[in-house]
Amino acid sequence: MQLNKSMIALVVLGLLAPLALYPVFLMKVLCFALFACAFNLLLGFVGLLSFGHAVFLGTGGYITGYLMSTTGLTPEISILAGTLCAAALGAVYGKLAVKREGIYFAMVTLALAQLMFFVYLQAPFTGGEDGLQGVPRGELFGFIDLSDNMNMYYFVFAIFLFGFWLVNRTIHSPFGQILKAIRENEPRAISLGYNVNDYKWAAFVISAALAGMAGSTKTLVFQLASLNDVHWHMSGEVVLMTLLGGMGTIFGPIVGAASVVGIQNYLSGGELGNYIHIIMGLIFVVCVLAFRNGIVGEFHKLLKKNF
Amino acid sequence: MATFLGINLFGLFGQLLVGLINGSFYALLSLGLAIIFGLLKIINFAQGAMYMLGAFAAWLALQYLGINYWAALIVVPLAVGAIGILMERYLLRPIANEDHLYSLLLTFGVALILQGLFTHMFGSSGMPYNIPEELKGGSRLPFMYLPNYRAWIIIASLVVCVSTWYMIEKTKLGAYLRAGTENPQLMQAFGINVPLIVTLTFGFGVGLAGFAGVMAAPVYSVSPEMGSNMLIVVFAIVVIGGMGSIGGAILTGLGMGVVEGLTKYFYPEASTTIIFLVMVIVLLTKPAGLFGKEA
Amino acid sequence: MKSMKKSLLTTAMMTAIAASGANAAGLSDDKVKIGVLADMGGVYADICGKGCVEAVKMAVEDFGGTVLGKPIEVVSADDQNKPDVGSAKAREWVESQQVDAVTGLVSSAVTGAVTKVLTDAKKIALISTSASHAFTTKACSPYNAHWTYNVVALANGTVKPMVQAGKKKWFFITADYAFGHALEKVASGVIANNGGEVVGKVRAPLGTTDFSSYVLQAQSSGADVVALANAGSDFVNSLKTAAEFGLTEMVDVAGLLVFTPNAKALDPTIAGGMKLTTGFYWDYDEETRKWSQRFMERTGGAIPAMGQAGAYSATMHYLNAVKAVGTDESDAVMKQMKATQPNDFFARNATLRADGRMVHDMYQVRIKNADERKGENDIFALEKVIKGEEAFGAMLAQCNFK
Repeated sequence: MQLNKSMIALVVLGLLAPLALYPVFLMKVLCFALFACAFNLLLGFVGLLSFGHAVFLGTGGYITGYLMSTTGLTPEISILAGTLCAAALGAVYGKLAVKREGIYFAMVTLALAQLMFFVYLQAPFTGGEDGLQGVPRGELFGFIDLSDNMNMYYFVFAIFLFGFWLVNRTIHSPFGQILKAIRENEPRAISLGYNVNDYKWAAFVISAALAGMAGSTKTLVFQLASLNDVHWHMSGEVVLMTLLGGMGTIFGPIVGAASVVGIQNYLSGGELGNYIHIIMGLIFVVCVLAFRNGIVGEFHKLLKKNF
Repeated sequence: MATFLGINLFGLFGQLLVGLINGSFYALLSLGLAIIFGLLKIINFAQGAMYMLGAFAAWLALQYLGINYWAALIVVPLAVGAIGILMERYLLRPIANEDHLYSLLLTFGVALILQGLFTHMFGSSGMPYNIPEELKGGSRLPFMYLPNYRAWIIIASLVVCVSTWYMIEKTKLGAYLRAGTENPQLMQAFGINVPLIVTLTFGFGVGLAGFAGVMAAPVYSVSPEMGSNMLIVVFAIVVIGGMGSIGGAILTGLGMGVVEGLTKYFYPEASTTIIFLVMVIVLLTKPAGLFGKEA
Repeated sequence: MKSMKKSLLTTAMMTAIAASGANAAGLSDDKVKIGVLADMGGVYADICGKGCVEAVKMAVEDFGGTVLGKPIEVVSADDQNKPDVGSAKAREWVESQQVDAVTGLVSSAVTGAVTKVLTDAKKIALISTSASHAFTTKACSPYNAHWTYNVVALANGTVKPMVQAGKKKWFFITADYAFGHALEKVASGVIANNGGEVVGKVRAPLGTTDFSSYVLQAQSSGADVVALANAGSDFVNSLKTAAEFGLTEMVDVAGLLVFTPNAKALDPTIAGGMKLTTGFYWDYDEETRKWSQRFMERTGGAIPAMGQAGAYSATMHYLNAVKAVGTDESDAVMKQMKATQPNDFFARNATLRADGRMVHDMYQVRIKNADERKGENDIFALEKVIKGEEAFGAMLAQCNFK
């Protein structure tokens, strides 16, 4: 019940938001929120810290950008293709990574992501440091012009809702229950006869696919795919978003993404620009020391205590 | 010139030696990281920032206090170590019982703050720091010109690495240290102040990064970015060597220097990536790293 | 949203004015707004960054703070050297904050992405610090104005005289990204055209810490000149290593892109004697010294880099054009900018060509040795003034925007 009410609130908020705020900013928030939700599925619900998740974001972005620039495909097909490529990469990387645990899992994912970073840096189709510039937004289903920010916004919002729904569906399915069991007590899950690695792998692939979808959409919004999306700093950023919002909560990643993007946006203009690293660092430190449950997690705790 | 299979052998020797120099530098940096992880189970992402801090401290000391290179080699590691001690005491100890993930995130935050702070104060172009008079010049080997300072890097790094390894693995003090961190309750019962040991170990590990920073100041640009470039490579070295294996970190550091040197010769574009390729291969075949013990 | 209301209001007013049949277009939203986009806290912060913001503010103040009776606003943002961050900011500026022109613009990758956004929105880019020549060649646009310098000028200014003086064999240590590749390619062309040859090259990843391996390769190549086609800390690190390994004593080392803050960060015993090309030097004459003095008072002592002086000059020329045509409509302003010659302490014998290239005198300078220096800011000695036409080469026919 509670969740449904929050869901309705989210949809209404999402529909009305562009009337008050700059749509491109909102689209950026939505893309990162989707990315963080995908990441949270792994970290919050399976307990796997991937330190190379940016590679899926970037893969989706590059594939979609390349298809939009060179072929006449419509945006929805290009996004689908980007998502599938990210999922395929996730299937390979996941297979290799889930054999390892804890910090070693984080390190394998980081190293694998760095290898792809090199590929994207050197491959001719990505434009290297320049990135893929001037990607056309195209026409949705061949007739809705996405170069209009409002059209684009509602398209992005629909994609986000789909992704968000999928994550929730996964978490609340029997499959999701097993994932949680693995997070809580892996040996017990094994003794119950579950092939733990297969479950982890499936979650990894879903997460990679959604991260790819977020990247594909982001490329369309900004008409640009760049190395920045594959860089390990981006992998760190999504950890920050999830942590700040509250890992393992449904709405945490959205709140976290909105906060981080909002702060970055606010700081990037004006006199505080120089302090961006310092402030981001402070957020990390304060979060870890005082709010390990994140904004949404602390909020839940507050609700429980007082009501 | 001697060639073999179309490869200039003299050139290759030069590259190997240069790789070894870089390797000894890597060994020095990964040593601190390995000690902190091996003994304290803290993943210190701020190690790169501490290295940067060491280089800047050397520059500041020379600029404003007139402390020369040789004195800085002693003073700076102590100062950086002291900062590490404060960090352990006030930031890391409160979360000592939480998941390792949190120490990683916290130190990552500290690294961002330090880097941002130094960029803000000193700009990003870097500061000049000269090679000390005593180590200027170099000697001409048959296959290359070896600057004295580079030879000094090899010697100093190896001395520090080997004596640290000896101290931790072979002496009584080292035994207390290992026991104190492996079974704190027992050691506490024996009347040993475990929290103090932890704090000092962290300070020592961080101080090593400060030392490496001073060593680097004359040859690399002293700039706020220098730590973050280095960190991820050094981190990979510790993982490849086997997290927590101190000897492993030293040997892997040397080895990766050579591997990287060869890559710079045959396929320079990939020189910053090769280390991750090695890491993937090692972790998939030998999960605990080359010298780590299987859990 | 306040700004939204405001823009609605102004739109209404504009429609009213248009309906009343006023011919002069006037200012689109009752003000002229200039955005300064640059790396504010990263590796290129010192060569443009806050200094560029300050320089643009100086230009606005010197202009009088208002144009056509309306205020001139300056906004700034940090692009973090990331094309996505930069282009998103530029998009926000032109779509929701009525920015009329964007200056600063440092990393060529960012500038490429930003100029695309600006051209789509028909807003003017006043590029002050980017090196790539693409913005007036293969990515040229009627809305680009590229001030200060580019890779062509660097190659013509630094490489050509050396080849002509008999240094025929060249080895490149190139930063492995777009800017390095462009610089290497253009310079290689200049070398070949003047009877020299490239005997080897090595591409070092961006942010390489240790260049000793590349220096050794350069040493064994038998080259007369080792060219450093990189910038910022890559340049400082590679030159330091070259000196350490004795390369600077064996052959000439040429830094192809050296900004004053980088030159200042190098010990004169290492860098002294190196010749390079710059678009501006603070100590050139009375006029440059006067401006630089004011600049230094405002920024806390750092001498202006060429892009910062360029940002001032570009802003001034833009504002003069707005005043002259009585509108901030980009096509009219650009036409006026190209029709009049920029002329100030920075722009000497200057024209803004039809392709958007600002052609002006470039300077070949030599980094002074320690015993020549009279103060910490006394870095360069002028060797030769290079005529703009010589430095920047010819215009491409397809970029002739009249």
